[in-house]
Amino acid sequence: MLRKARSVFWLAMFPVMLLLSGSLTPVWADEKADRRYQVNMEPGVTDIGAEIFSLHMLIFWICVVIGVVVFGVMFYSIYAHRKSRGVTPATFHESTKVEIAWTVVPFLILFGMAVPATSTLIEVYDTEDAEIDILVTGYQWKWKYEYLQEDGENVSFFSNLKTSQEEIYNQDDKGQFYLLDVDEPLVIPVDTKVRFLVTAYDVIHAMWIPELAVKKDAIPGFINETWTRAKETGIYRGQCAELCGKDHGFMPVVVNVVERDEYDAWLADKQAQAAEIAALMEQTFTMDELMARGQDVYDRACLACHGANGEGGVGKAIAGSAIAMGPLDGHFDIVINGSRNNAAMQAFGGQLNDVDLAAVLTFQRNGFGNNMGEMIQPIDVFNYKQGQ
Amino acid sequence: MGDHHHGPAKGLSRWLFATNHKDIGTMYLWFSFAMFLVGGAFAMIIRAELFQPGMQLIRPEFFNQMTTMHGLIMVFGAIMPAFVGLANWMIPMMIGAPDMALPRMNNWSFWILPPAFLLLLATMFMPGGGPAFGWTFYAPLSTTYAPPSVTFFIFGVHILGLSSIMGSINIVATVMNLRAPGMTYMKMPLFVWTWFITAYLLIAVMPVLAGAVTMMLMDIHFGTSFFSAAGGGDPVLFQHVFWFFGHPEVYIIILPAFGVVSQIIPAFARKPLFGYDSMVYATASIAFLSFIVWAHHMYTVGMPIAGELFFMYATMLIAVPTGVKVFNWITTMWRGAMTFETPMLFCIGFVVLFTIGGFTGLMLSIAPSDFQYHDSYFVVAHFHYVMVAGAVFSMTAAVYYWLPKWCGKMYNETMGKTHFWISFIGFNVTFFPQHFVGLAGMPRRIPDYALQFADFNMISSIGAFIYGASQLLFLYNVIATIVGGKPVSDEKVWEGAEGLEWTVPTPAPFHTFSTPPQVR
Repeated sequence: MLRKARSVFWLAMFPVMLLLSGSLTPVWADEKADRRYQVNMEPGVTDIGAEIFSLHMLIFWICVVIGVVVFGVMFYSIYAHRKSRGVTPATFHESTKVEIAWTVVPFLILFGMAVPATSTLIEVYDTEDAEIDILVTGYQWKWKYEYLQEDGENVSFFSNLKTSQEEIYNQDDKGQFYLLDVDEPLVIPVDTKVRFLVTAYDVIHAMWIPELAVKKDAIPGFINETWTRAKETGIYRGQCAELCGKDHGFMPVVVNVVERDEYDAWLADKQAQAAEIAALMEQTFTMDELMARGQDVYDRACLACHGANGEGGVGKAIAGSAIAMGPLDGHFDIVINGSRNNAAMQAFGGQLNDVDLAAVLTFQRNGFGNNMGEMIQPIDVFNYKQGQ
Repeated sequence: MGDHHHGPAKGLSRWLFATNHKDIGTMYLWFSFAMFLVGGAFAMIIRAELFQPGMQLIRPEFFNQMTTMHGLIMVFGAIMPAFVGLANWMIPMMIGAPDMALPRMNNWSFWILPPAFLLLLATMFMPGGGPAFGWTFYAPLSTTYAPPSVTFFIFGVHILGLSSIMGSINIVATVMNLRAPGMTYMKMPLFVWTWFITAYLLIAVMPVLAGAVTMMLMDIHFGTSFFSAAGGGDPVLFQHVFWFFGHPEVYIIILPAFGVVSQIIPAFARKPLFGYDSMVYATASIAFLSFIVWAHHMYTVGMPIAGELFFMYATMLIAVPTGVKVFNWITTMWRGAMTFETPMLFCIGFVVLFTIGGFTGLMLSIAPSDFQYHDSYFVVAHFHYVMVAGAVFSMTAAVYYWLPKWCGKMYNETMGKTHFWISFIGFNVTFFPQHFVGLAGMPRRIPDYALQFADFNMISSIGAFIYGASQLLFLYNVIATIVGGKPVSDEKVWEGAEGLEWTVPTPAPFHTFSTPPQVR
C-alpha cells in the first residue's frame, strides 16, 4: 500500500522532476546509498564526464525552451481558436518568409550546438599519453582485465558477477549492490590517465561505466580504444551495454579507483599471486583439495549454463554426462578447447589456470554422483596442453 | 453507374483471390491489428517480468526472445502493414483512381505476409528457441551464436522484404499512372505524397536488408566469413549494412504518419494545410537525409573521428525539415476553428509526443553525449515516443477518421475519446520514466535490473498495462461500429474534410471512380 502510494506520488511529480533535473547537480557520496529517484545523467568523476554532462544539459534546456514556445503557441491556439467560441477560420495557407525563417533559425541553433559537441568529441577521442594500458575482453558473460606491463609479467584476471542465483531468483534477500557486484573489480589509480583497449572473445559486448564516462563496444577480432581519468577514489559500477546473449544483464563492470600507492601495492600483490599460481602448478593435491577448489571454479565458470547441480540448462547436463564419465581425453578436449559444434561452450584453456582446470575436471568427474574416482593434477592438464 | 459492375465474390474466395484495393486494404489492416496485439502481448510479458527486480516469471533466454519478437512483430508486422493497408484503401480514392495499378500483385504482396509471420512465430517452438538477438540482430550473436531457428527467421525476413517491395512498386505505379485528370503532383494530398516517397525508400533499402540476412545465411551454412573476424570479415560490417536499411526504415514508418496527420489537422481546424509545398520538400529532404545518417546508431563501435563528426552533423540536420513540419501543423491550427473529435485528439497527441521524441532524438544525435545515452533506456524511451506516439497514434487517428467512410457507420465518440485519454496517459506513464532510468544508467534489453531502478520500472509496467488494455477498448469500438454503429450517409462525414475520398458515397462502394473525376 505504502509502495503504491509512493508510486502515485512520483507519478504526479514527473513534470516537476523533469524541470528540476536540470538544476539538481547531484553530489554523490562514494558509494551512493540511495539513488532510487535519480532522474538525470550525472557528471561523474571525470572532467570529460562533466563536459558531457554540461553539453547534455545545454541541449536539454534548448529543447525545453523550444518546447515551451512551440507547445505554448499550440495550446494557446487550442484554447483560443475553437469552433465552440464561434470563431470563423482564417484561410491563409502559405508564407515563404515564415518558412524561410523557421528553416534558418533552427539551423543556426543547431550550429550553436555543433560547436561544443565537436570540441568535446575531439577530447573523448584523445587516447594519447596514457600511463596505464588495460586490455579489456568481453566474454559471455564476464569481463577479463589484463594489465599490460612494459616490464614484468602482465597481470590478468576475470571479473564475475557476485550476486547469487538465490538473490536473482528471489530465494534470498537482494544485497545493496544487487547485480552490480563482482568477485574482483578492475583497480585503477586516481588522477591517472588510463587507456582501455577493448575487445571481445565471442560476441559483441560494450563496456559502460557511467560515472567514468566510458562506453565502448567490445568487438571480437578488433581492438577499440577509450580512456578515463578519475578525479576521486571510490567504487564505480556499470554494466554491459550491448545485448550479448542470455546473461547480458548479469555482467557488471565494477571499477575501484584507489590512491596511487594503494594501486602499486595491489599490482605488486597480484604479480606475487601470479607467481604463487605458477608454484602451485608444480604441486600435487589431495582429492579433498581438488574437490573444494573445483566446486569454487564450477560455481564461477560453469554453473550459469550447466546448473547448480550439474542438471544442465543452456548447456548439457554434467551429472551422468557421457563426457564427464567417459575417456579423460574427451573431457580435457571439451573443457580446454571448447565445443566445435556449439559456440556457447567456450574454450576454457585460456580462461582458467591449470590448477583450476585440474580442480574443475576432478570435480565434474566426481561430483553430482558421477563418482569416477579419478584425480586430475595440474601437471596432467599441462601435459595435455603440451601434447596437443 | 455501378449496375454493370460485378460486386465482391462470395465467401472465402472474396478474400483469398481479392484484387480489390479496399478488400486488400481491409485484410492488411486486420492482419496488422492482430500482429499489434501479438507484439503487445509480448510487451506485456516483458513489462510483467520487469515489474520488480529479480527473475519472477520467465528465464533470461526467453526474455531475450520476447524483446526480439516484440520489436520484429511491431515494426514488420504491425506498423508497416497497417500503413500499407491504409495506402491501399486511401491512395486510389484520394487520387481518383478505380483501383491500384497492379491488383494481382497486390493480392500476392498481402498473402505472403501471414505465412511469413507464422514462420517467425513458429521459431519460438523450435529447439533452441526463437531469435534472441534483438530486432537489430547484430552478428555474431545472430550468426555463430544463434539458435538453429535463425535460418527460418532469415527466410521470414526475405518474404517480408518481397512483400514490401511489391507493395511499394504498386504504390509508385499507381501514383504515377492513375491520377485523375488535373491532379498534378503538387495537387496530390499529402498522405499520397508521403507514401510516394516512402515507397521509393522501401524499394531502395529492402534489398539491402535482404543482402544482410543473405550474408548471415552464407556465414551460418556455407562457410563464408562476412561478419567473422576469424575469417577476415568484420562484425561491424553487419551494423553498417543493417543500419543502411534500418535508418531509412524508421522514416518508412514515420513518413506515412506525417501524411495522415497532415490530412486530419486541416480537417478539424477547418483551414487548409499551411505550407503544402514546404511539407512536400521537407518530406523529400528527410528521405534524402535518411540515407546519410545511418552510423549515428553506431557511435560507440569505434569509428574514426571524421566519420563520427560527419554522421553527427548530418543527423542534426534532420531536425530542420522535421521542425518545419511541426511548425506547419501548428500554424495550420492557428486561427482555425477547431473541434476535438477523436482523430484530432490523436493528432494533437501525436504532435506533442512526437516532438518530445524529436527532442530526445536531437540529444541522441550529439555524439559525445550519446556515449552516455547509447543502448540505455533513454534510447528505448526515445524510439517509443516516435514509434508509438508517432506511428501508432497517427494510425489510430486514421482509423477513427476514415472508418465512417469505410463502413458507413459512426463510431462511438465517447468511447473514442476515452480510448485517447487512457492511451495518452498510459503511454506517458510507461515511457516517460524510462528517460530517467536510462540517464541514471540502466542498459536496455536486460531481464533484471539493479535495485535503484525498481520504482520507475514498476511505474513503467503499470503504465504499460494501462496502455495495453486501452487497445482492447479500441478493438471493441471498431467492431461495435462495424456491427451496429449509427449509420452515416453524409458524403463528407466531417465538416472540414477535404479531398476526393469524401466525394464518393458513404459507405464507399466496392468500386469507386470507374470514371475518373476532373480535378480543377
